Amino acid sequence: MRLLLEKRREPSRTMLVLTPVLSVIVIMVLGIIIFDGLGYDGQQAVWELFFTPVLDVYKWRDVASKAAPLILIALGLSLGNQAKIWNIGAEGQYIVGALGAAGIAFATQSMTGFWIIPLMIITGMVCGALYAGIPAVLRTRYGVSEVLSSLMFVYVSLQLLSYLITGPWKDPDGHNFPQTAQLTDAQLLPHELGDSGIPPGLLIALIATILFYVLVARTIFGFSVRAIGEAPHAARYGGFSSNGIVWATLMISGAMAGLAGVLELMQLTRLNLGYPSGYGFTAIIVSLLGRSHPVGVFIAGIVLAITYVGGQVAQTVVHVPNATAGLFQALLLFAILASDLLVRYRVRLSVSSSPAKGTRP
Amino acid sequence: MTITFLIDALVTIIGITTPILLAASGELVVEKSGVINLGVEGMMLVGTIAGFAVTFETGNPWLGILVATLAGAAAATIFAVLVLSLGANQVATGLALTIFGIGLSSLIGSNYVGIAIDPLESPFPDVLATDSFWRVIFGHSPFVYFAIILVLAIGWFINKTRAGLVLRAIGENDLSAHSIGYPVIAIRYAAVAFGGAIAGIAGADFSMVISPLWAEQMTAGRGWIALALVVFAGWRAGRLLAGAYFFGVLMALELYAKASGHAIFPSQFWAAMPYLIAVIVLALISSRDGKDGKAPACLGKPFIPNG
Repeated sequence: MRLLLEKRREPSRTMLVLTPVLSVIVIMVLGIIIFDGLGYDGQQAVWELFFTPVLDVYKWRDVASKAAPLILIALGLSLGNQAKIWNIGAEGQYIVGALGAAGIAFATQSMTGFWIIPLMIITGMVCGALYAGIPAVLRTRYGVSEVLSSLMFVYVSLQLLSYLITGPWKDPDGHNFPQTAQLTDAQLLPHELGDSGIPPGLLIALIATILFYVLVARTIFGFSVRAIGEAPHAARYGGFSSNGIVWATLMISGAMAGLAGVLELMQLTRLNLGYPSGYGFTAIIVSLLGRSHPVGVFIAGIVLAITYVGGQVAQTVVHVPNATAGLFQALLLFAILASDLLVRYRVRLSVSSSPAKGTRP
Repeated sequence: MTITFLIDALVTIIGITTPILLAASGELVVEKSGVINLGVEGMMLVGTIAGFAVTFETGNPWLGILVATLAGAAAATIFAVLVLSLGANQVATGLALTIFGIGLSSLIGSNYVGIAIDPLESPFPDVLATDSFWRVIFGHSPFVYFAIILVLAIGWFINKTRAGLVLRAIGENDLSAHSIGYPVIAIRYAAVAFGGAIAGIAGADFSMVISPLWAEQMTAGRGWIALALVVFAGWRAGRLLAGAYFFGVLMALELYAKASGHAIFPSQFWAAMPYLIAVIVLALISSRDGKDGKAPACLGKPFIPNG
């Protein structure tokens, strides 16, 4: 008996939707085995990780506030995925976006006005977009792969953050802690919308999801992004500019990461050394788990947010280390990448003695 | 500037260069075979915890290095299965490997936070190793000598041996190599596992010599510098050696700025410098692509044998 792989003429739509679900289930089973192997109660650990945040109403707020930045960043990245342009520096654009907004906050400390919050958000998005523009220049002008350059700038942004909050932007009343001053009321969004318990970030993420859906499915731009990714030569022949797509996908994803950075700054109310949270990297997993489709990304963002919140629960209940959620997220990405095979190929079991198809020696 | 200062500086530069030289040498072999593994940082991190934990538990650093080597190779094998057997995207899978390495090393390392081990010292007799001058040559950990021998050996292997020729052929034109009868996938598996093993050793160098006090993510992005270094070197071993020490000098500037407290710019500027320079150098190299040193033609492209 052997496994035969048959290439599908077109990627299977069923598998495209089914495999992410399958991957999550596989990871749960694998998680039980791994935790048991490490000497923890595997079943309970996986339960706390994936189900407690869903069943415990008091955890929903946490899940929502973690899902919002992941969804926002991943929506931007999903455009790049479709065009096969890899922005793996979203973490840097997220940080620089927050720095831009913090700069505005610094300048408007003694002011009030409805314009301050929109200005912070726009500045953050512009900063994120410009920061992602650097890899775009390097790629279109000098032919430098955006993969390495976008990542390098994450490390640069970390140093910039560290410099600003230990130097020029340090809180004068902060007992010498490396942090900025707290945002004023005029610089903060409400914690929740009315009494709903829904953080404003989630509403913004929902609106962004709809906008991206329209952008991808209903505009020439969305079509050209997919065309460049699937058939670059044909797309160029058809008159689409591949450099234009590099610029657009990188800068849009940078702006989205910047937006997430600003909203997170408003949640945390100040910048400190703990601000870089790795959302920019986790969002890559979200975009791939969501199959780069806006609706998929929204759901995947919630799933990954559940693992963050569940990771904290499992830490207190089953005493697994803090790093557990990160490891699970990586395994999930492995599973989703492996399951791509099912999308592109039909897998058949063939019994070698049978004279049927696949007459191989 | 005294002579002692100069000797100290040289010893530091040689020490901090070694892990990126090692990791880049391993990745050079991987990329020569036509595969790009962006998971260097993750494989190094797996090596840091394996080397540290085994050395701490058994007291035997050589066993630590051995396990770090195997752990790096095992991590690389996960990547190889996904990319070579299941045809997964190389960029995304490499990234997944890095996230995996961060998670796994933090998970296992959570038991060792704040614990220190004795750093591995020079294999030469104390008379030479601690002498004020001969220290430059004899005062390093075994990793340093291994790294230099390894990169020279890899240069010889790639350019002068028949097996190296086959490796290059597979990286340049996998379809032809396959039709002549070379086992493309098997050789790529071997190259990827080798790269992982060396990245594991590079990680062990971090946790057993450079900072033998356990801390999460102690490689701090050096794996990405190693990846840039391979491009910088134009996929050639000789230039890899020179380029590694160039980055070593840049990284030493950060240490100097932190230690001395007066270095014109804040220490964060110097810490960001290797990454900025790496990008600038990549731009200079890439814009005159083809003149000296080109990427293997099949780099990053999946190969699915049909029959």
